[in-house]
Amino acid sequence: MKSSVIFAACALLTLALLANGLHQALVVAPTEQTMGDVQRIFYYHVPSAWTAFLCFFANFVASIFYLVRRSLRSDSMAVASAEVGVVFCTIVLVTGPLWAKPVWGIWWTWDARLTTTLILWLIYVSYLLLRRLSLSEQMPVVAAAMAIFGFLDVPIVYMSIRWWRTQHPQPVIGGAPGSGIDPVMRHALYANFLAFLAYACLIIWFRYMLENRQNRLRAMEEVSWVPVPEGAEPSFADEAIQSPGEAS
Amino acid sequence: MSMLSLTRATLGKDLRLEWRSKDSFNSMVFFALLVVVIFSFAFEPSAEESRRIAGGLIWVAFLFAAMVALNQTWAREVRNRVLDAYRLSPAPANALFLGKALGNFIFVVLMEALITPLFVVFYNLRILGEPWLLALVLLLGTWALVVNGTFFAALSLHTRNREMMLPLILFPISIPAILAMVEATTAILTGEGATGPGTNPAVLWLKLLAGYDIVFTSAGLLLFDPILRAE
Amino acid sequence: MTIAENWAIRAISYFGKLEFSARNSGKFKVEMTTPVPVISGGPGAPAAPAIELDHVSKVFGGVVVLRDVCAGFAPGRLYAIVGGNGAGKSTLLRLIAGLAQPTRGKVSVGGAPAAGTAGRQVGFMSHESFLYDEMSAMENLRYFCALYGLDEQGREGACASAMAAVGLDSKLTRRVILYSQGMRQRLSLARAMIHRPRILLLDEPFSNLDTVSTAQITRMLADQRDAGTTVLVVTHQAGLLHGVADEFMNIAGGSLAPLAATR
Repeated sequence: MKSSVIFAACALLTLALLANGLHQALVVAPTEQTMGDVQRIFYYHVPSAWTAFLCFFANFVASIFYLVRRSLRSDSMAVASAEVGVVFCTIVLVTGPLWAKPVWGIWWTWDARLTTTLILWLIYVSYLLLRRLSLSEQMPVVAAAMAIFGFLDVPIVYMSIRWWRTQHPQPVIGGAPGSGIDPVMRHALYANFLAFLAYACLIIWFRYMLENRQNRLRAMEEVSWVPVPEGAEPSFADEAIQSPGEAS
Repeated sequence: MSMLSLTRATLGKDLRLEWRSKDSFNSMVFFALLVVVIFSFAFEPSAEESRRIAGGLIWVAFLFAAMVALNQTWAREVRNRVLDAYRLSPAPANALFLGKALGNFIFVVLMEALITPLFVVFYNLRILGEPWLLALVLLLGTWALVVNGTFFAALSLHTRNREMMLPLILFPISIPAILAMVEATTAILTGEGATGPGTNPAVLWLKLLAGYDIVFTSAGLLLFDPILRAE
Repeated sequence: MTIAENWAIRAISYFGKLEFSARNSGKFKVEMTTPVPVISGGPGAPAAPAIELDHVSKVFGGVVVLRDVCAGFAPGRLYAIVGGNGAGKSTLLRLIAGLAQPTRGKVSVGGAPAAGTAGRQVGFMSHESFLYDEMSAMENLRYFCALYGLDEQGREGACASAMAAVGLDSKLTRRVILYSQGMRQRLSLARAMIHRPRILLLDEPFSNLDTVSTAQITRMLADQRDAGTTVLVVTHQAGLLHGVADEFMNIAGGSLAPLAATR
């Protein structure tokens, strides 16, 4: 009961932060001179990218924790942060082209940051796929190993893509929107980052609790089977419903 | 019993088994051959153009072919559940991992040694850069593929349809390695940018490959034990 | 032991909490006993058990395979474990070998958790052969010797004596896949014993053997037992161990219960 009150309070706070972020981005921040209003997508695009990256980092830390401590709670944290990270990464990949089309004239360019984000997205989708297709009991270990491999890959990906792009003439240059930014714009950016981060934390928390509850439920189902109540008739039905492989 | 001699024992066992059946090696070589032939239909192998894309083509062919061997690599351990016998023994998990990775490395390098000359002939290639660098790319690139491939094949043992799973989890992680191999190979084939010492792009990519190899070999060695012990 | 007696034992073990004692005459005295969850070694058995199951339960895929099993297995004794198909006999052995983790409870081998290094004192013969089909008998055994850390000299001796113990010719050069079922099974047993384990876990070791081999293996197991090894034999042909096993146990409905000692 108590935790749900805290959760509701946090949800309200997040809502307020998101509303403030929206206000900052659409009303307070000035319209950009050359790009016009389409530039405002930047207040969602960039904070999403930062949030996604933080989520993946949380996934990495939780996975290491799982391998060391072997507690299912760390695994719940890992899956929650990876899922939310993939969602925010998807937002980045969708809002990027939306902005690029009117500004650069093309939907997609194999720019270093774009490509890195895409590969990051691929890695974590494959991580979620692995979780989904794993056989239940071994899944957390396997997933944790994959998560660590994936995160180790991120700096290498970034470095390689940067070299790759500098090897060739760049077709378009985005003119790094972060440079020479107006203080009001920067304020709007940070306000949105804060709001998105709070939002991500909220969903991760929720997903984490859900996962924990599922784990507990599974454990309770197992316990309810054992031990035998005193004086109860032992069942002989096991023969018919034996699962293959483990015992035969 | 040292780690080294145990690694030698597992490697020897793998080589012996593969030598007896040659199943995965033969399939791998034939598969690589097929890919090379099909690519020649898909991309006109006329001299100038093909040299530009040859680096990409050959590595895609090798990548797909290596997948055949990697998918089979744990099959012989799973048959008769020999892996359980290994788990019962006091031998360190890494001896098995290293032995297997080295075994796969040898098979894939042999396959590449067979297919590369064929590729050169089919695409009428002349290597404009330094050939010894190409050999280095081949070795470092293959190790990058194989060490991760062996590890991820062990991961996919725990999944429902493991043969389908392996490329799905291996390819995203391998993207920087593949990029480095392709770029280095292309730079060597075209002889581009090798104007002075220290500016050769192939060397830059080789450094990246070496870094990738070191990072993921260490990660594999650190994480293989819990994977093997996973029930 | 006749086929009829075999079936009789199977039938009895199926119905769980019954105790039988078979004397030399081959007649059974069947009597009801109250279920005893904790099995100490029989009278005269040493106090410290080689294997201990402490309230062990195993749930697998929603099915209870073992339910709150408490048992101790003493060193130097031979246990025959009977039970219907899928009663959890193999799961019990896998838990002791440390290849599976109990859902609840603790399995310890020599006082340490089975999943750790303690599992390495165990020789485990599964119903899977644990052998590479494409290698010869000696190649297989040599490989496993290497895994157990035997050096080159010790290796040949260990392989030869393991082969001799199960009645196989150590000059066999054919690949394992060409062996008969019975030969493969004996080789599998030799593999399990290659490091002279103090605990032997055998899953249906007689299923493909002829009478002569069965007698030979049974005698060998008795010798091992006399040398101080704890031997657990899971079988549905309990009759074959008659007069050899120190204790008969029965798994049914997820619980392990003793049948009368026959020795």
